[in-house]
Amino acid sequence: MYRMAKKGKLLIEILPDKCDFCGCCVGVCPEDAIELKEASIRIIDSFCTNCSKCVWACPIEVIKFNKEGVEA
Amino acid sequence: MKNEYDIIVVGAGPAGTTAARFAAEQGVSVLVLEKDRDVGYPVRCAEAINKRTADEFIKPNDKWISSHISKFSFISPNNSEVLIDFNSVQGYILERKIFDYELAKIASNAGAEIITKAYVNGLLLEGQKVSGVTAEYRGQQINIKSKIVIGADGTESRVGRWAGIKTHVHLKNMESCFQVTASNISVEPDTLYFYFGKNVSPGGYFWVFPKSCTTANIGLGISGLEGKEKSALAYLNDNLARLFPHASILTQVAGGVPCSITLEKITSNGIMLLGDAARQVNPLSGGGIASGMIGGRIAGIIAAEAIRKNKLDHIFTYEKAWYNERGKMHEVFNRLKEGIYSFTDEDFNKIMEKFQKVPLSKRTIGKLFRIALANKPSLLIDISKVFLV
Ligand SMILES: Cc1cc2nc3c(=O)[nH]c(=O)nc-3n(C[C@H](O)[C@H](O)[C@H](O)COP(=O)(O)OP(=O)(O)OC[C@H]3O[C@@H](n4cnc5c(N)ncnc54)[C@H](O)[C@@H]3O)c2cc1C
Ligand code: SF4
Ligand code: SF4
Repeated sequence: MYRMAKKGKLLIEILPDKCDFCGCCVGVCPEDAIELKEASIRIIDSFCTNCSKCVWACPIEVIKFNKEGVEA
Repeated sequence: MKNEYDIIVVGAGPAGTTAARFAAEQGVSVLVLEKDRDVGYPVRCAEAINKRTADEFIKPNDKWISSHISKFSFISPNNSEVLIDFNSVQGYILERKIFDYELAKIASNAGAEIITKAYVNGLLLEGQKVSGVTAEYRGQQINIKSKIVIGADGTESRVGRWAGIKTHVHLKNMESCFQVTASNISVEPDTLYFYFGKNVSPGGYFWVFPKSCTTANIGLGISGLEGKEKSALAYLNDNLARLFPHASILTQVAGGVPCSITLEKITSNGIMLLGDAARQVNPLSGGGIASGMIGGRIAGIIAAEAIRKNKLDHIFTYEKAWYNERGKMHEVFNRLKEGIYSFTDEDFNKIMEKFQKVPLSKRTIGKLFRIALANKPSLLIDISKVFLV
C-alpha cells in the first residue's frame, strides 16, 4: 500500500527523526501541505503535488524524493 | 486563558510580542499563542541587530547584548579581506534567548497574556471574516474568539494561507540556512565577517558574527534553488573545515529566511500578518528582527485603534503604513540583492580589489556598493535612493 498525494502516489518523504523543525520547507510549500509542530512534522498527503520544492529547500537534506512512492 | 479577546497574536517571536505590547498599551485585550515550550528558544538566528532600531524598542542591557559591533569585514572568493570601520557602535550581537524573553515580558507587563505550548491549527470564520483561532493546548482542541487575528508565525507561517492569502516563498528567495555556535576560534569581537563566493555560499553569504573573542555564530544561507545541487549543511561543513578546523560546536540549527519583497497582501478581513510571516525581512541582509519589530509596532497600534474605534476596516491601513515605513525600502534592497547575487566570483574579487584601494577612513557601505555596481548604472539609482531614505 502506498500513500496517495493530490494526484497519484506520494513521492516525498520526511525523515522525522532527523528533522530540525526549522520550517524552511513549510515556507516554500505552495500547497500548504506540511504541518510542523514544536517537535513533529508531517506531509498532508492529499494536498501534496510532489513538486519537490521542500526537498531542495531543506538545509539538512532530511526530505527525500522517493520515485517508487512512499509506503503507507 | 479566556475564550474571547480583542486580538489574538499567533507566534511569540520579536514581531508577535512587539505587536502584542503596542496593542496592549492601548488597553485592548491581547492573547499571544506560541507553539514551542519556551519563548526565545530554539534560537534560529545569527543575532545581529542594528543598534538604532534595537534602542528604539528596549533600553540596551548587557544581559542580552553579547557584543558591540563597529566594523564590517568582507571577504572575497579569493580570500582578500576589506574592512570598514564605522568608528562607533552600529549594532549588537544579541543573546536572543534572553532578548526575546525580555520583549515578551514587556508585552505581558503592558497587559498582554502569553501562553506557550499552544499550537494554532486553524482559523474560526464568521462568513468571510476571521473571528478567532483553533488550537491544540494540553492535549485538547480549543476555540478562542477574537476580533482580529495577527499572524506572526514566522518563516513557517500557515495562518495567512488559512485566510486565503498567498504566502509561500519562491524557492529562489528562500535562504536555506545552517548555523553553528562555535567556540575555540579567534575573532575580533567588534567585527561582523561576511564571506562571498559560489563555492562558499551561492545566492547568499557565509557569516561569522562574534559573541566574544573566542565564540561566534557561524553560518550561511544559500538560495533554495542552489539546494538542488548541494545543501546548506554541506556548504557549512566545507567552510568550517577550511576556516575553523578546530572549532568546538556548541549548538547547531537549520533555518529558512524569506529574502524577498513583502507580500503583496498582508491584511484580510479580521487578519494581519507581520514579521517573517509577512516576509518583512530585509531581503539584502536577511535581517528580520528589527524589521519584524517595526512591523509589530505598526500592526499593534493599528489593530488596537481598530478595536477602540470599533472600525475593523481600519486594519487595512496597515499595508500602506508598512509600505511607507519599510516596504518601499525593501523593494530597493531586493533589487540590490538581485544585482549582487548575479555577480560571478571574478566580479567579487575585482570589487574587493578596487575597494582595498580606498583609504580606510573613506570606506563606507555606500562606497562599496557604488564600486560594486559601477558597471550596472540602473542599480546606482536604486542605491542612491537607499542612502537618501
Ligand atoms: C540561521 C538564521 C540566521 C539569522 N540571522 C539573523 C540576524 O543575524 N539578524 C536578524 O535580524 N535576523 C536574522 N535572522 C532572521 C530572524 O531570525 C527572523 O527574521 C526573526 O526571528 C523573525 O521574527 P518573527 O517574530 O517574525 O518570527 P519568529 O522569530 O520565527 O517567531 C515566530 C514564532 O511563531 C511560532 N509559531 C509558528 N507557527 C505557530 C503556530 N501554528 N502556532 C503557534 N505558534 C506558532 C514559532 O514557534 C515562533 O516562535 C536569521 C534567521 C536564520 C534562520
Ligand atoms: S513536494 Fe511540494 S507540495 Fe509536496 S510537501 Fe513538498 S513543497 Fe509541498
Ligand atoms: S526544512 Fe528540513 S529540517 Fe527544516 S523542518 Fe523541513 S524537513 Fe525539517
